[in-house]
Amino acid sequence: MGFDFAHFIELIPDINTAFLQTIYMITISLIIAVVIGLPIGILLYITDKGLIWENRLVQNVLGFVVNMVRSVPFIILLVALLPLTDALVKTTIGPTAASVSLSVAAIPFFARIVETALREIDKGVIEAAIAAGATPWMIIKDVLLLEAKSGIISGITLTLISLIGFSAMAGTVGGGGIGDLAIRFGYYRYDNTIMIATVLILIILVQVIQLLGDFIAKVVDKR
Amino acid sequence: MIEIQNLSKIYKTKNDVVKGVDNVTLSIQKGEIYGIVGYSGAGKSSLLRCINLLERPSTGHLTVDGTDLTSLRGEALRLARLKIGMIFQHFYLISQKTVFENIAFALKAAKIPPKEITKRVESLLEMVGLSDKRNVYPSQLSGGQKQRVAIARALANNPKVLLCDEATSALDPTTTKSILNLLKKINEELDITIVLITHEMNVVKEICHRMAIMQDGRVIEEGAVYKIFSNPKTELAKEFIASVVSFEIPESIVNSCTGPIVKVTFRGKVAGEGVISDTLQQFNLNGNFLHGSIEYIQERPLGIFVMELKGEKNEIQKALDYIEQRDAQVEVLRDGI
Repeated sequence: MGFDFAHFIELIPDINTAFLQTIYMITISLIIAVVIGLPIGILLYITDKGLIWENRLVQNVLGFVVNMVRSVPFIILLVALLPLTDALVKTTIGPTAASVSLSVAAIPFFARIVETALREIDKGVIEAAIAAGATPWMIIKDVLLLEAKSGIISGITLTLISLIGFSAMAGTVGGGGIGDLAIRFGYYRYDNTIMIATVLILIILVQVIQLLGDFIAKVVDKR
Repeated sequence: MIEIQNLSKIYKTKNDVVKGVDNVTLSIQKGEIYGIVGYSGAGKSSLLRCINLLERPSTGHLTVDGTDLTSLRGEALRLARLKIGMIFQHFYLISQKTVFENIAFALKAAKIPPKEITKRVESLLEMVGLSDKRNVYPSQLSGGQKQRVAIARALANNPKVLLCDEATSALDPTTTKSILNLLKKINEELDITIVLITHEMNVVKEICHRMAIMQDGRVIEEGAVYKIFSNPKTELAKEFIASVVSFEIPESIVNSCTGPIVKVTFRGKVAGEGVISDTLQQFNLNGNFLHGSIEYIQERPLGIFVMELKGEKNEIQKALDYIEQRDAQVEVLRDGI
């Protein structure tokens, strides 16, 4: 059983729906991960020893929560978060429902990436800003975020690609999407056509995102 | 302008307590360029960073322009820092901002309205000679140009004091010279008090009025640069001076001398050679110059000559007394054989 072209044509509407579902899920999760994960990442960084808002308690509590969420396997998180999902979006199936767990998984992931990107900044630059009399907000906005911009964009790329991987598992709760299609039709039903088609789509998608991400990260970097 | 009293900075590590700055008392006058010299680890950088509270002193008092900085925190400290500029060895510009934006950053901190920012940045760029680099990113600038941008940023809010943390140590000699000239110009034209730390005695010799030498967190010698150059008291001071004004004479030459070897120092006059020739004639001696130079420190000459004296022993002693009478300082490096 190889790639059956006629069968592929027949399946295009399904693949199309699944593709859009994937895009929908990862877009929502990425936005939420950035909106919530970015401030958490900044907090993790600035509360560290010797930095502008050194605070052991915040640092430890936040670090612990982030590590905890990150250590739960996604498939378990998916099931464990069903009550939360139900409360938030009034359903536990479909791409919107899957987005909740995807977001929860992506927030700490992205937060740690932001923290790492910020650590790359030469402390001297921050110190020079403090010496210049900059406000804490200026330091965050004009020094930290600006200097780490390229690293953060690479982090967004990384998060997006990880989300595509995670979204495949969302199929277990009826989440939909390309990965779901690949597992349910391609793997469980031995449909090689759909297996090959979906895997190819995923490969292309990941490549495009990576190339685009690298390109943007490079263009915005003035170093 | 800056009063430092019994200031100490103690660093605690897991099983050790290190005194970075140990009970330092210094008084830096308004309008002077003050140099702090020492080897790395001597505590000069910690001391400098205490002046704008990048590091909070462990004990002691510190006032800058009449304000007790150690009593300030948060917003009040931030506002005080606007009046203390600082530049660094590695410049520390924001790499993702243009030259203009880097300087504007300091003005934004002072809440200057955007219209005035543009005007002020342009005049600062003109002062440091970088008007044509307005929209360029730091990565496209040379080290000297980066330091000029850093200086413009430091001066943006018309500070009273400029702190320089090894500001020329990463630059080549020619660029160092041009940056020093710029600092001198700033000191003279804008009447800004400059405190600089360095391990290069050349820098001190070039622009500082007064200086302190630090070792193990303490100030071991302090005073006017000219005075320390002409009459260093500590071994370390002599060592630092030797790095720019060296009077080392090859051993084979010293061994071939039979008469006493003396070092004569003339302060503040170039007529040193005249005094020496007078002396030689008067006491019927032969002089053999082994080394000598006239250094200009803040445009004041400092003549130092090392010579072997040959002649009658009594006459030599009389000659040395005579030279001292004529306001020179004589040091016998080696007695005659």
